[in-house]
Amino acid sequence: MELAEKRPFNEKLQHALGVNPKDAKLSLTYFTVSFIALLIGGFLGLFQGLNRAGLMELPTWFDYYQTLTTHGILLVLVFTTTFTVGYFYASLSHTLGGLLPKVRKMGWTAFGAMVLGVVLVATTVVMGNASVMYTFYPPMQASPIFYIGLVFLVVGIWIAAFGAFINVAHWRKNHKGQHIPLLAFFATGVFVMLVFGSLGVTVEVLMLIPWSLGWTETINVMLSRTLFWSFGHTLVNIWYLTAISAWYVAVPKLIGGKLFSDSLTRLVVILLVILNIPGGFHHQIVDPGITEGWKFIHVFMSLSIGFPSLMTAFAMFAMFERTGRRKGGKGLLGWFKKLPWGDVRFLAPFIAMVAFIPAGAGGIAQTNNQLNQVVHNSLWVVGHFHLTLGVTVALTFFGVAYWLIPHLSKRVLTPQMNKLGIIQTIIWTIGMLFMSGAMHFVGLLGSPRRTSYTTYGDNATALSWDPYLILLAVGGTFLIIGVVLMVYIVFNLMFFAPKGNTEFPIGEPEADAYPTPKWTERWGLTIVLLILIVAMGYVVPIMDIINVPGSPPFITW
Amino acid sequence: MKLHRAEEIWLIIGVAIIILSMVLTGYQAFAQGMAPPSGMETIDPQKVSETAPFDNPGVFEVGENKYEVVMTLQAFSFTPNEIEVPAGSEVEFIMTSRDVVHGFQVAGTNINAMVTPGHVQRITQTFDEPGEYLVLCNEYCGAGHQMMATTIIVK
Repeated sequence: MELAEKRPFNEKLQHALGVNPKDAKLSLTYFTVSFIALLIGGFLGLFQGLNRAGLMELPTWFDYYQTLTTHGILLVLVFTTTFTVGYFYASLSHTLGGLLPKVRKMGWTAFGAMVLGVVLVATTVVMGNASVMYTFYPPMQASPIFYIGLVFLVVGIWIAAFGAFINVAHWRKNHKGQHIPLLAFFATGVFVMLVFGSLGVTVEVLMLIPWSLGWTETINVMLSRTLFWSFGHTLVNIWYLTAISAWYVAVPKLIGGKLFSDSLTRLVVILLVILNIPGGFHHQIVDPGITEGWKFIHVFMSLSIGFPSLMTAFAMFAMFERTGRRKGGKGLLGWFKKLPWGDVRFLAPFIAMVAFIPAGAGGIAQTNNQLNQVVHNSLWVVGHFHLTLGVTVALTFFGVAYWLIPHLSKRVLTPQMNKLGIIQTIIWTIGMLFMSGAMHFVGLLGSPRRTSYTTYGDNATALSWDPYLILLAVGGTFLIIGVVLMVYIVFNLMFFAPKGNTEFPIGEPEADAYPTPKWTERWGLTIVLLILIVAMGYVVPIMDIINVPGSPPFITW
Repeated sequence: MKLHRAEEIWLIIGVAIIILSMVLTGYQAFAQGMAPPSGMETIDPQKVSETAPFDNPGVFEVGENKYEVVMTLQAFSFTPNEIEVPAGSEVEFIMTSRDVVHGFQVAGTNINAMVTPGHVQRITQTFDEPGEYLVLCNEYCGAGHQMMATTIIVK
């Protein structure tokens, strides 16, 4: 009882003093790992791009497929996960009046587990014992240490998630009848998705470990793929949900506007959490073992995820227009000029949003069965996720870094650093336009993904792809400049920028906003619906593949 | 919860696009027979060489202008690796993997299928245009993945 009375005072104290230094240290440590992963992963990406264009030969002790596996793990798993956890722990600390000491401890334990996991995974890949890509499809068999490393990574994610749940539950207990702050609502959604999304891959890895140790003889290949993608696709949408949390909550404040609508925002989160997991099937549209009927049903599951994104697209531009008009923008498009184009904290997420228009459209196209067959496993797909993850998610994360890191390190973003940030954003955008554009085009012509430089014995068709691959390498070269600049900016903001106070931007509701309905707080109901959707999507297809004859292991690299 | 009029219109258009794309995909898949390859037959991946029809891979004429290609995929080759058919022929590829997951893609066509150990995958294509078609594996399958290719000659 005493504690409950003390909290509001603590919260006031917190706001007066700014960030809690212990919480700041935790988040900054996550960001350090995140941006080191970006730096290393970025260089590996450059090497691949140059190899793929036939401009650079990779050494036998670290060949194309090791490079690619490490690039994928560092950027798809490490960069994004550590950023997400660091960002949401900072958000919970700020919006809920500090992390509970127990939760902070869980944050550090999670960090330790993740780092240990990544070190184990990366070591096996570097030693040449796990050139299996971040999708690690069996019956290719990596060293058992690779899979054990993955377990540590997942356990780390779970600890972080439960820490967040404990903090949110504690706040709710002390604020009966109130809505949890919007950013904490996003955090809850993301961590619910992380826990439920990773269940499938956990089952898969727990089957792979005894198999890789030789305790079981065979592995069910299709079941493994299906379990993997129940996680793989959810993961992608977790980064996306993380990115849009900054669009909905921080961006309005940064441009001097108000929240679009608290209730609609919460509805978008709930829809994404409920609908997401079965989306994984669209990675298996040309797989055997899944009937034509189920593949068709799953077109709906995938497209339904597009609906909340359409709501987001409207919300963002409506909020921009409102803000621009309030600032005196006249006429049909006058409001557009009133937006703060010179502020990198706005420009970076704005480009991220614009990129999601073609990225989302491409996604909708390629989830339709027959169109998917045209581009499946071609470089088109790589182009697609370099737009979604490489631009929409990455540029939003960069945009967040410009204010969150100085907020945590008690420093400020100087006008010079802002300018450098704008240059970084432009270089990044140009690089991705070249790289992703070239990948989309050459993929349509049939050039496969995950393949080192080859002309297939001077085959005329393959040779005709070369000009596009050169453009891909040009894009990669721009991007590495972008990576180096970004990492420089991040560490400058962490350790060298002038001391000062930077605000954590939290958008406020409009004065005439409607009250948010109570049912948005019913997480139990959301989770029940999520489980129902997963059951509807998975039970029958899994029954179809559960008895497929198993495969012995192969090491083909 | 209240939606703005313009947002309602926007979302209705969005839902209409989603439904239209479902209808088109369903029509093509079930009325026009263009559904993606979805072989449901299973096979013991350790006994591929002893299991019909994969005990005898090759190109077989099964009717007028109709061919069957019984094919195994293995790191890093296709068997048979020389395929020749006359222009205008309809070819059904019946495939399985002897080892890891492979992809079967023919550049310049819509042939694109995953071939996983444990399943028999089927895909049919009519080759109208004469020429040399590049066949490649589009799923990473090991150190020699970039060499896993062959050609189909249509005369």
